[in-house]
Amino acid sequence: MKLNRKWLHEDFVDLSHVSDKEYVETLTVFGQKVETYERMDAEIKNVVVGKVVSIVPHPNSDHMFICQVDVGADELIQIVTGAQNVHQGDLVPAALHNSWLPGGVHITKGKLRGEVSNGMLCSFAELGLTQNDLPDAYADGIWILNDEECKPGDDINKIIGNDDTIVDFEITNNRPDCYSIIGLARESAAAFGLPMRHHEPVVKGSDAGSIFQYLDVEVPAEALCNRYSSRMVANVKIAPSPKWLRQRLRANGVRPINNIVDITNYVMLEYGQPMHAFDYRYVASGKIVVREAEEGETLTTLDGSVRPLKKGMLVIADDTKPIGLAGIMGGENSEIKDDTTMVVFESANFNGTSIRQTALALGMRTEASGKFEKNLDPMMTIPAVQRACELVELLECGDVLDGTIDIINYVPQPKDLPLEVDKINRLLGTEISKEDMVKYLNRLEIEVEGDTIHVPSFRPDLNLMADIAEEVGRSFGYNEIPTTAFKNATQGGYTPEMKLEAKAGTLCRSLGYSEIITYSFVSPAVFDQIRLPADSPLRDAMQIQNPLGEDTSIMRTIALPSMLEILGRNNSYHNKSVKLYELAKIYLTVPREQLPQEPKMLMLGSYGAKESFFTLKGELEAIFTGLRLQKATYHAVKDNPSYHPGRCAAVCIGGVDVGVMGQVHPLVAANYGIDSEIYCAEINFSKLMELQLPDATYTPLPKYPGVSRDLALICDEAVTVAQIEDAITSSAGKLLRGVKLFDIYRGTGVPQGKKSMAFSLELRADDRTLTDTDSEGVVAKVLAALKEKLGATLR
Amino acid sequence: MKEQLEQIKRNALTALEQAETPAMLEELRVKLLGKKGELTAVLKLMGKLSPEERPVMGQLANTVRADIEAKLEERKAAIHSAALEAKLASEAIDVTIPGEEVAIGHQHPMNQVLQQIKEIFVGLGYQVVDGPEIELADYNFTRLNIEEGHPSRDRSDTFYFTDDDSVLLRTQTSPMQIRFMENHKPPFCMLAPGRVFRKDEADATHSPMFHQIEGLVVDENITMGNLKGALITMMQKIYGEESVMRFRPHHFPFTEPSCEMDMQCHKCHGTGEIDGQVCSTCHGEGWIELLGAGMVHPKVLENCGIDPEKYSGFAFGMGLERMAMGRLKINDLRLIFDNDIRFLNQF
Repeated sequence: MKLNRKWLHEDFVDLSHVSDKEYVETLTVFGQKVETYERMDAEIKNVVVGKVVSIVPHPNSDHMFICQVDVGADELIQIVTGAQNVHQGDLVPAALHNSWLPGGVHITKGKLRGEVSNGMLCSFAELGLTQNDLPDAYADGIWILNDEECKPGDDINKIIGNDDTIVDFEITNNRPDCYSIIGLARESAAAFGLPMRHHEPVVKGSDAGSIFQYLDVEVPAEALCNRYSSRMVANVKIAPSPKWLRQRLRANGVRPINNIVDITNYVMLEYGQPMHAFDYRYVASGKIVVREAEEGETLTTLDGSVRPLKKGMLVIADDTKPIGLAGIMGGENSEIKDDTTMVVFESANFNGTSIRQTALALGMRTEASGKFEKNLDPMMTIPAVQRACELVELLECGDVLDGTIDIINYVPQPKDLPLEVDKINRLLGTEISKEDMVKYLNRLEIEVEGDTIHVPSFRPDLNLMADIAEEVGRSFGYNEIPTTAFKNATQGGYTPEMKLEAKAGTLCRSLGYSEIITYSFVSPAVFDQIRLPADSPLRDAMQIQNPLGEDTSIMRTIALPSMLEILGRNNSYHNKSVKLYELAKIYLTVPREQLPQEPKMLMLGSYGAKESFFTLKGELEAIFTGLRLQKATYHAVKDNPSYHPGRCAAVCIGGVDVGVMGQVHPLVAANYGIDSEIYCAEINFSKLMELQLPDATYTPLPKYPGVSRDLALICDEAVTVAQIEDAITSSAGKLLRGVKLFDIYRGTGVPQGKKSMAFSLELRADDRTLTDTDSEGVVAKVLAALKEKLGATLR
Repeated sequence: MKEQLEQIKRNALTALEQAETPAMLEELRVKLLGKKGELTAVLKLMGKLSPEERPVMGQLANTVRADIEAKLEERKAAIHSAALEAKLASEAIDVTIPGEEVAIGHQHPMNQVLQQIKEIFVGLGYQVVDGPEIELADYNFTRLNIEEGHPSRDRSDTFYFTDDDSVLLRTQTSPMQIRFMENHKPPFCMLAPGRVFRKDEADATHSPMFHQIEGLVVDENITMGNLKGALITMMQKIYGEESVMRFRPHHFPFTEPSCEMDMQCHKCHGTGEIDGQVCSTCHGEGWIELLGAGMVHPKVLENCGIDPEKYSGFAFGMGLERMAMGRLKINDLRLIFDNDIRFLNQF
C-alpha cells in the first residue's frame, strides 16, 4: 500500500518536520513495515521554469528556433528548440546544462547546427507525465506553463507535484484498515503520539429529486454481500478533475480519467473502500440486482475482455444482464462516458473469499478485489459514498440526489473486551500502568471505558487479551520491553534416528561421497526412464493435484531417479568422476490412510574411472560396519530392470531386505545421458535402526596363536563365493575363526568352464596352541564338504 | 718374535684401513685372526720361548690381537654407515610430488549451516525433532488458527493431494508445533527443521521446495521479554556476540503478539549505504530480516490440550536457504538444488 506523505500532512497529521528516514523507521518499528520509499523528484534534476524572452528562427535550419530564456538567473541563456508551439513570453520547462530527466536522460550544453544551446525546452512527456495528468496541455510540443502559478527559476518538480515522498508499506493481512490513507494516517499519528484530524463528509444536497424515484436495489445473494450502499448524482458534467486531485492520484499510481471516475478512485485510496460508478442510462429498468452469475453468462469488463461467468461468481446486474463483476471490475456496458449525465455510486461490502476466488478464477486481480479480499469493514460504505458525493459538490460536477439506498445483510456486532492490565503485563514481561495502556489504545482510536475496551469496527483483528497485548506492546515499543534471560532446565538432544543419520553422513563423506539435496517431487516420466514395469506398485505415487508442472507433479516413491538426474546433470557439466549421496524421504501410499509412509532412503550414486561393483560393495560394507549393523548378505538380482541383470544385488541385513545395489542398466544410464558405468545403492535407512548390533562389550584377546590354511579350489563357473563360504563355515567346526577369499583365477592350468578360487581359513582355539593334526582335521572336513556339496576340489 | 708381531700389526692395520666392503673385512679377519691366521701361526711358536720371555710375548700378542680387533670393528662400523648413507641418498624423493589421492566428500552447504544451528540449539536445551512432509490441512492450517478461506490455503499457494484440500505438502514447519504439543507436556523446548513446499516457480530467490527451522518453547510464565532474551542469545551465537538486533511487530495467525526480528546490517552498520552507494547486503534497508516469532496464540495451545491460563510460550521460524545464502554468499537459490559437484566441493 502506497502513501504520499504530502497528502498525510495536508489532510490528517502534519509530520512534515520529520525526515523520510525517521518516518520510515518509526512506522516500521511501530508495526507498519515500509518496504521501500522514494522521493518523487529523484529522477528530475536541474529543470526549472523558463520565460521565453525572445525567439528567432535558426539561421541554418528551417524548423528550429533560437530562444533567449530567463531561467531566474542574472543572465538570459540561449536554448535551441525544434518545437513549433513556443512564443515570446511563454513560460516553459527548461532543462539546464547538466540536468536529468526521467529514464536517466542526461542533458548537457552543445551546439545545434552551429548555434549554442545551453539546455532543452521540454514536453510534458519528457518530464514523465501523460495527457491524463495534464488534460489541457498540448501534447505535440513544449509544455506551456502560462496557466500555472510559477515564475522563472522555479523548480519544475514543485509544479508537477513531485515535491513529495512515496512510501510503500507491507500491510499484514490482519489489518485491512491499513489499505487506506486514513488507516495509515491513524497509524502514523499513533506512532508519533500526535492527534489526527478527522473529516466528516458533508453533502449539501440539491433539488434534483430523490434516488428512490430512479433506482431500486435488490440483493438476493445475501451471503456474498454484507452491505450495498448507493447514492445518485444528476446533471453530471464530465470533465477533467482539478490539479490537486489529479496529483494525488498520480502520486499513488492511479491514472486520472475524468471527475466521476477519479472521485471513485480517490475515495478508494482515502477510505480503502472500493467504489464504482454506473452510467444510469444503461441500468435497465432502473434496477440493480446483486446476484450470483448464471452458468454461461458473459460480461465484457472495462478492460475490453469478455469474461465467461460461472455459478458462484457475484455480479452486479440490472433487470436483464450483468453490468459489473462485483468487487473486481465494472462492465463496459455501463461505464462512465463523456456524455454521461446521471450516475449511480456503488459503495458495497462483499464477501472477501468469494471475491478472491472469482478474481483468481478469472485471472484478474484488481486494486478493488485486492482490497475486498481482506474482508473490509461494512461500516465504511456510508462514509465512503458520502465522501464521494461531497467531492461531487466540491468539484461542481453534478447535483446529488436526496436519499441513500442502504441494504444491510449482516448484524453489526459491537465488540467489547476487558482491559486485563495484569495479564497483559504478565504476557509481555512489562510493568505498564493502566493509564499508559489506555493512552496507547486511545491513540489507535480504540476507546476504553473503565475496564472495558470498545473495539472499533475497523479492527476485526482484536478479539482477545493477547491481541490487546500486541497493541500495548508495540505502542510501548517492542524494543523497549525489558529483555530477560531465558533459563530453561530442559535437556537438548537428537532423536536416535538423527544420530544414526549423522553418522551415516560422516561415513559417506569419508568414503568420498558428497551430499546432495533433491526435490521430493518428480515427473511421472521417471518410471519409464528407470524402466519400471507398468504394473509396479511403485507407480502408485501421491499425485499433486495442482502441481507447478508435470515435472514436479508426483511424490517420489523411489530415490533412484533423483540421483540419476543429478549424476546426469554433473555428467553434462563434464565433471569426470562423481560420487554423491542423499539421505531423504520417499513417499509410499498406505491403503485407507490419509497420510503416506515417509521412509528415509540412503541413496548412493557414482560414476568415474575408479568405480566398480566391488568398490561400491566395499563402501557399503564400510558404512554398515561404521553404523554397527548386523552382517549384510548379498544375493544376485537378475530381474530389476533399472540395473544390469548380471551386476545387481539385493542387500539383506539380519535377514531383512534393506535395499539394492549394483550397476545401473546401460539403457537407464542412457536415459540420463550417461554412456559410462553408473553405480548406485538404494538403502532403506529407516529399517536400519532396528538392525544395529547391541552395544559392544570387551571380548578377551586370544591367548594362543592361530594358524592359517590356504585352500586353492577348482570348481564350476556357476559356483559362487558365498556358496563356498557357506560350505566351509558349516563344515569346519568351532576352530574356524574366519574365511577370506584372496584370489580368483581362470586360465592356464584351470580347465575351461571352471575357475580357481583361493581362500584363507583362520583357525584358532581359546585354550591351547593348535597342532598340525588339529588343522589338518579341519581342512579334511572342509574339503570333504566342498566336494560333496559343490564338487569343488583342491587345485 | 716381537718384530714378527709388530710386523703383523702394522700390516693388518694398513690392510684393514684399505678394506672397503664387509666381505674384504671378513677375509682379513680370517687371514689375521682365524685358526690358520697369521697371528695364530706366530702364537704357535710361543712354546719355543724361554719361560721369562713367554709372558712378555703373550702380553704383546694379546695387545696386537686386541688392536686388530678394535680396528676391525671400527672399519665395520664405518663401512656400514657409508653403505647406509649411500642407500638413503639413492632413496631420496621429490617431496613436492602430490600425495595419493583420497577423495573426501562434502556435506551439502545448506546442511552444514543447519548442522551448526542445530548444535547451538541442542546446547541451549532444545530437543530436535522431525515429522511428516505430507501433512493434514488440519495440522498445517486449522489448528494453527489459520481459518478456512485464508489466502495461504489457496491452490495457487499450496500443493494439495485431495479434492477436499485435506491432505497437502506442508507449507511450513509450524505443524510440528501441534504434533509435538500433542505428545509432550510442558515445559519443553523443541526445534523442528525440515522441508517445506510452496507453489513458487524456481528462480534466484524462490524454490517450490525449501527448508524452515521451527522452534517452540512452552512453560509457565513465559513472557515476551523471555522471547527477546532467548532469540537474541541464539542469534548472537549464530551471527556473533556483537550483532545488534531489533524487533518489529508483525502478524502470524498462530502467535499473538507476533514479531519479526532483524539484525543490523554488518556491512553498512545500519546506514544502508557504503561510500554513497546503496548497500548490496541489506539493499539499503540497514537491517536484515532474520526470523518471525511470537507468543504462542492461546487458541493454538488450547487446540493441543494445553491450558493457556497456566502456560504460555513462544515460537519462532526461520528460512534456512536465506540464512545459508547470506552466510556463504550464494547469490542464486537454484545453485543449492542444482547439486553441481564443483559447487558442492567449494564448501
